[in-house]
Amino acid sequence: MSAMADFSGEDAGALRFSGSLTLAGLGDLADRLRDYDGDAKTIDLSGIDHIDTVGAWVIHRFAEDSGATVEGLGPDAQHLLEQVSKADEPVAVRPDYDSSFKRVLGEIGEAVTESARTLYGLLGFLGGTTLAFIHVARHPSRFRFNATVHRFEVVGVSALGIIGLMSFLIGIVIAQQGAVQLRQFGAEAFTINLVGRITLRELGVLMTAIMVAGRSGSAFAAQLGTMKLTEEIDAMRTIGVSPMEALVLPRTLATVILMPLLGFYSSLVAIIGGGLLCWASLGIPPITFIERIREVVPITDLYVGLVKAPVFGAIIGIAGCFQGMQVESDAEQVGLRTTAAVVQAIFLVIVLDAFFAVFFTWIGWI
Amino acid sequence: MADDDDDVIIRVRGLKTSFGEQVIHDDLDLDVHKGEILGVVGGSGTGKSVLMRAIVGLQTPDAGEITVFGEPTIGREETEAVEIRKRWGVLFQGGALFSTLTVAENVQVPIREFYPQIDQGLLDQIAAYKVVMSGLPADAGPKFPAELSGGMKKRAGVARALALDPELLFLDEPTAGLDPIGAAAFDELIASLQKTLGLTVFLITHDLDTLYAICDRVAVLADKRVIGVGTIPELLAMDHPWIQEYFNGPRGRAATATLERDRERQKAGTKD
Repeated sequence: MSAMADFSGEDAGALRFSGSLTLAGLGDLADRLRDYDGDAKTIDLSGIDHIDTVGAWVIHRFAEDSGATVEGLGPDAQHLLEQVSKADEPVAVRPDYDSSFKRVLGEIGEAVTESARTLYGLLGFLGGTTLAFIHVARHPSRFRFNATVHRFEVVGVSALGIIGLMSFLIGIVIAQQGAVQLRQFGAEAFTINLVGRITLRELGVLMTAIMVAGRSGSAFAAQLGTMKLTEEIDAMRTIGVSPMEALVLPRTLATVILMPLLGFYSSLVAIIGGGLLCWASLGIPPITFIERIREVVPITDLYVGLVKAPVFGAIIGIAGCFQGMQVESDAEQVGLRTTAAVVQAIFLVIVLDAFFAVFFTWIGWI
Repeated sequence: MADDDDDVIIRVRGLKTSFGEQVIHDDLDLDVHKGEILGVVGGSGTGKSVLMRAIVGLQTPDAGEITVFGEPTIGREETEAVEIRKRWGVLFQGGALFSTLTVAENVQVPIREFYPQIDQGLLDQIAAYKVVMSGLPADAGPKFPAELSGGMKKRAGVARALALDPELLFLDEPTAGLDPIGAAAFDELIASLQKTLGLTVFLITHDLDTLYAICDRVAVLADKRVIGVGTIPELLAMDHPWIQEYFNGPRGRAATATLERDRERQKAGTKD
């Protein structure tokens, strides 16, 4: 590598440069030039090895600031310097930012209007999906059977493993914790009530909803978002295919139909997990466990779970598709929208679950 | 240009690449000389972009040698490859700008990566003049890539490719998708930057006007090889059917006519 760039001041305001005036050889030359307070009339560049645009820029700036003239450049380097000087225009690097206080206020305001707009958009999207559903129900030939069945597989069948494992472990945890606490009152037999009722009524469906939101809701948002970016959805529209019918409906139907099935499966596996723990740690044999479950779990608990599940499924499917369809412009948005889809779906599911709990108590399914 | 070795910036020998069963290049040779603009043409699917990706090390070939600046690029340690990467800039087809950074910040990325000691003030100044030099308006600096048109994205991509003052510039279809006026302006930009910075340019294009306007030599890819390299008249003298079809097809003739018209106009201009 050639020598680093350097300069030395001589009499009569002549600055002599040497070394390599390039990005690699610049070192702290720019700083030293800025701090140079001597008188500079001419800049002698005849002694330098190389010059690139960065070197030319530094010389140009210094010449502008000090009013010195540049000498001793070959024709090529002179041309380079001219081109660089021509490019000297004020260019901002980042967008202007307001003061922090104003920005915080602005961000709060934006967040509020954004949530309102999202809720409004989500309602609109729910309406759009319903309309598409009615339309397809009237013209069954438009129903995308293959696409829907494929979604069934992705949302449902492929999720069996992970949901089964999760539910089994949750069943064990509930039974174990229940047994420990209830033993203090000598009431460990009630562990069976606890496991049976809480899984069928609440946890089976709720945990499944969270898992489906994480697995499928996010996938919907990312898929549709990417399709938005690559203009696939626009292409569909121009061909006359409705994205609501071709993309949103199969996905939403898949979550609506499969959530009850997955939720029921999850509850069963959780009960099996709880039953095994009861057998192992409380000595309750499986046959007794099953008999007790039949006695203590009212059939309404199953209904409670099965009524909630399709509603949760609809929320997950619609939130995922809605957020995916909101993607515009860049790849970062796909990520943001995917996160938003999952967070929104889980949030809405839990809020609705609370309402359902109050509602079912009110109608007497205790 | 003579065939002496100092002169050769990129040397490809016996390159073979394939995707599964499909062989893209077979025994491909190519030299790119210092200071020239080499146009690379070929039908769709002849592996122009794959050749570029192989040269810059994004694609590992099945066989063959590739040297850039006299250093092999295949199978290098990452730490050694970095030294070569400092000396080239690449413009991808879509611009490939980082979408979370502004145009000016995009330009700063390579400088920040390789020369972290450069302070923020100078960095901002460098980004500013690079943006203007690439023919972007001054107010494009703080914009995000999503706010730019296709042509501006390409210019911003060039600004980033030129960030480190490279000796070698790879351009993948820089004028594709630009309107003819924008494409002509882009050609001029490349030619003037090449003259100012003494660049060597490896330019993939479908654009016959670009070939006629700025390329010193043209390499033609067909039959999995480079079937001819030379100036356009030299290529026209070859009687390969694809070359004849390409330059003498309706579009080729139109481009030749434009060039001749320009030359006559220039001649008439000098007489006045």
